[in-house]
Amino acid sequence: MDLQIAILLAQDGITNGAIYALLALALVLVFAVTRVIFIPQGEFVALGALTLASLQVGKTPGTLWLLLGAGVTVALVDLVQALQRGSHRRMPRIIAWNLIYPGMAAAAIFLLKPAEMAMPLQIILTLMLVVPLGPMIYRLAFQPLAEAPVLVLLIVAVAVHLALVGLGLLFFGAEGSRTPAFSDASYKLGGIVISGQTLWVVGASVTLIAILYQFFERTFYGKALRATAINRTGARLMGISTVMAGKLSFLLAALIGALSGILIAPITTIYYDTGFLVGLKGFVGAIVGGLASYPIAAVGAILVGLLESYSSFWASAFKEVIVFTLIIPVLVWRSLTTHHVEEEE
Amino acid sequence: MQRAILILFLLLLGSGPMILSEFHITLLNYIGLSALVALGVVLLTGVGGLTSFGQAAFVGLGAYATAYLTTATELPDWLAWAGGSPWIGLAAGLLLTAIVAWLLGALTLRLSGHYLPLGTIAWGISIYFLFGNLGFLGGHTGISGIPALELFGHELKSGRAFYYVIWVMLLAAVWITRNLLDSREGRAIRALKGGTVMAEAMGVDTARSKIIIFLIAALFAALSGWLYAHLQRFVNPTPFGLHIGIEYLFMAVVGGAANVWGALLGAGLITILKQWLQDLLPKIFGASGNFEMIVFGMMMVLVLQRARDGIWPILARLVPADHGSRTVPQGDALPRNVMPQASADILDVRNVFKRFGGLVANNNMSFTVRAGEVMALIGPNGAGKSTMFDCISGVGSVSEGEISFLGERIDSLTARAIARRGMSRTFQHVRLLPNMSVLENVAIGAHLRGTKGVLPATLHLERAEEQRLLAEAARQIERVGLKDSMFEQAGSLALGQQRTLEIARALAADPCLLLLDEPAAGLRYMEKQTLADLLRKLKTEGMGILLVEHDMDFVMGLADRVVVMEFGEKIAEGLPDEVQRDPAVLEAYLGGVE
Repeated sequence: MDLQIAILLAQDGITNGAIYALLALALVLVFAVTRVIFIPQGEFVALGALTLASLQVGKTPGTLWLLLGAGVTVALVDLVQALQRGSHRRMPRIIAWNLIYPGMAAAAIFLLKPAEMAMPLQIILTLMLVVPLGPMIYRLAFQPLAEAPVLVLLIVAVAVHLALVGLGLLFFGAEGSRTPAFSDASYKLGGIVISGQTLWVVGASVTLIAILYQFFERTFYGKALRATAINRTGARLMGISTVMAGKLSFLLAALIGALSGILIAPITTIYYDTGFLVGLKGFVGAIVGGLASYPIAAVGAILVGLLESYSSFWASAFKEVIVFTLIIPVLVWRSLTTHHVEEEE
Repeated sequence: MQRAILILFLLLLGSGPMILSEFHITLLNYIGLSALVALGVVLLTGVGGLTSFGQAAFVGLGAYATAYLTTATELPDWLAWAGGSPWIGLAAGLLLTAIVAWLLGALTLRLSGHYLPLGTIAWGISIYFLFGNLGFLGGHTGISGIPALELFGHELKSGRAFYYVIWVMLLAAVWITRNLLDSREGRAIRALKGGTVMAEAMGVDTARSKIIIFLIAALFAALSGWLYAHLQRFVNPTPFGLHIGIEYLFMAVVGGAANVWGALLGAGLITILKQWLQDLLPKIFGASGNFEMIVFGMMMVLVLQRARDGIWPILARLVPADHGSRTVPQGDALPRNVMPQASADILDVRNVFKRFGGLVANNNMSFTVRAGEVMALIGPNGAGKSTMFDCISGVGSVSEGEISFLGERIDSLTARAIARRGMSRTFQHVRLLPNMSVLENVAIGAHLRGTKGVLPATLHLERAEEQRLLAEAARQIERVGLKDSMFEQAGSLALGQQRTLEIARALAADPCLLLLDEPAAGLRYMEKQTLADLLRKLKTEGMGILLVEHDMDFVMGLADRVVVMEFGEKIAEGLPDEVQRDPAVLEAYLGGVE
């Protein structure tokens, strides 16, 4: 390996690592707020990428059917509950978000010819289709179990992952998709070629992280999420709804996942089940941070990206083995620094 | 009734190959293979509260180990002797699995609960790719030409012939698991879910118990893999991927993860459902693919939301339960510890500080407890009494200072090590296992007085010792006056009785120092009298008792000496009469006279 290749690999690693870092942040966020280990995080990556790809080639994205189906189910569940509790005032809101909004999304796709739109509009349309699925999934799968042990929530998360992968196969088929790059430009920096897409990915990740930071530090909802993460009961006593916090954190996770998918779709071919491995690599990063620290999780994720890119050069067949074995030294280290016997929730 | 159903089930199972078609035999074979893996998951998840998504990878280890050893033509020299025999293949698979499982367990089981499942996901993915990429394992095409099993000179080439091998092994595994759970080690394992702090304080090595069930679950999986390899005579990586590992977990959860029969039920349901869905769904959707995943995923969410304990308990409720043996266990007394010399100092707390961040919960606390006396620790709520208890018993750690017990420093020892030295305690907020009987709960207290391990327990070779442990537990239950509730579920007792149960559990450890945290709270007047009599009797036997209590009549009538705490500090110490006249104490309890 010469320096040129090493730098190329590093560039690759940092690009992927930036994506893993985003996902790691989403995982830490969801875990801190809801105690759900969000295995389906990666599915949003695939959904984001495949939806954009479908829109660009003029196909109706399967995500639309997912959105309509999930919307109808949530509406049914919520309406029944509202009837039982006699809270009729909630009904217009339920119908608006779960029936009218998906209906309008469908109308937009059938009437507006998304294939001819400019790419930023296509991206916005993609996000509008994918992101609402986050809170809907929270409502259907996790909200009824909000007080269950972490272990039960984890099993539910795995079940949701399985269902989503199956639905992904049903709606998008087994073929992979790739989208055109955001920019074909490439820049020379002292003999090193840096592709425009790399800059896009890294730039977008850093921007998104900065926005999230501002959101958590400055806004009311951001602080409410942080409060819930620190002490659920305490936050609830202060009038912060756990349901709201759960839905909001899932919304952010879906947004981060879909954006990550949109960012990597020009770099790698995405299949219906690609998201899982991508999400898990974010996980390895999150575990490095102990599922608690955002900065360490981000550094861990970059490390995963670099490890993956160099191991694909030396031993490409064993790339996945090497990346997932990274978890072991991390666990050893965590295990050596924990001494206490504690009751599991 | 339950027994009759079991016998009927076994008869039907036994006559299967004589009446069923080839298709159904094959289906039952696969159900048996899956149930073996799911059984391990029941032990792990339903009983022990741990979870693994990577069981399929252990199945793979068992299958590939025998496949490689029985088919490879060019084994390396050091391994040449092991070639050709399925039985050596079995031994190798089990050994390999045990090593891997032990390593994984040692790495993850000391961490909080979700690291093990995450570790098993990573491991499940790694091993799948490893199988697919190692040349000597045939890559993604796999290994074919695995020889058939030979048993008593018969080659088991057909599924029909293999049927009995699978089901005998499965039923043996069920038997072993049930034996294990009904034993001293089994009680320790059942305490893992929601009772680790209590179990550690009773001297149970919970980390060891966790590794044991993880190992057993992995070995069951490897055995299933070995059977699979010789039934199928061909292996490739597909059935050992992560999604299959998830399916095994689903089997256990859907069937009923808290019961060994739940594994069989779940394996049967999921296997049949999968067969049916794989036929049906591609026709509906007009495309081929593993669409059963969608149904399984959604079904799983529904089961966990609506019937978290799975289907087995729902079925079991339909059948009247056979009442287990309700005779009070009899047995020889266990050997007793030697009590320390009367009125010698057994506990010496010296200048102990306990800080939680900026809060000083124990500030320079010093006192002693002598053998054969009741020392009472009193003070207003929040004075730091229970924190002091946790420091002494090793449930919490000391920030600064020394604690000696029987002349030995214990302030840096674990709760388990301290229990072993003859100290036992109760908890202010009761910590017992609500679904276990009173008798079994108390028997956990006697954990350290037994020695028989897992292996004798699986074969029930430790019945003599078990009988003595249970008899000891029964004696302590009788002693504290809970004889009538001995076979009730602990969770069904009133709170006062649950506290009394904790005293019996502590006594079953045969301690020389007993720490009681508000034992009289929730008791009626007569019950308090009985408790006081019991404590007096223990005292005359030479036991030292450290008591935290709010009922002043109870304390003053019983205690030999009293230490009063307020805001983490000792404000008075002395005989009950002296303390009651102490101005500082009066101020703490009644407020100052302005």
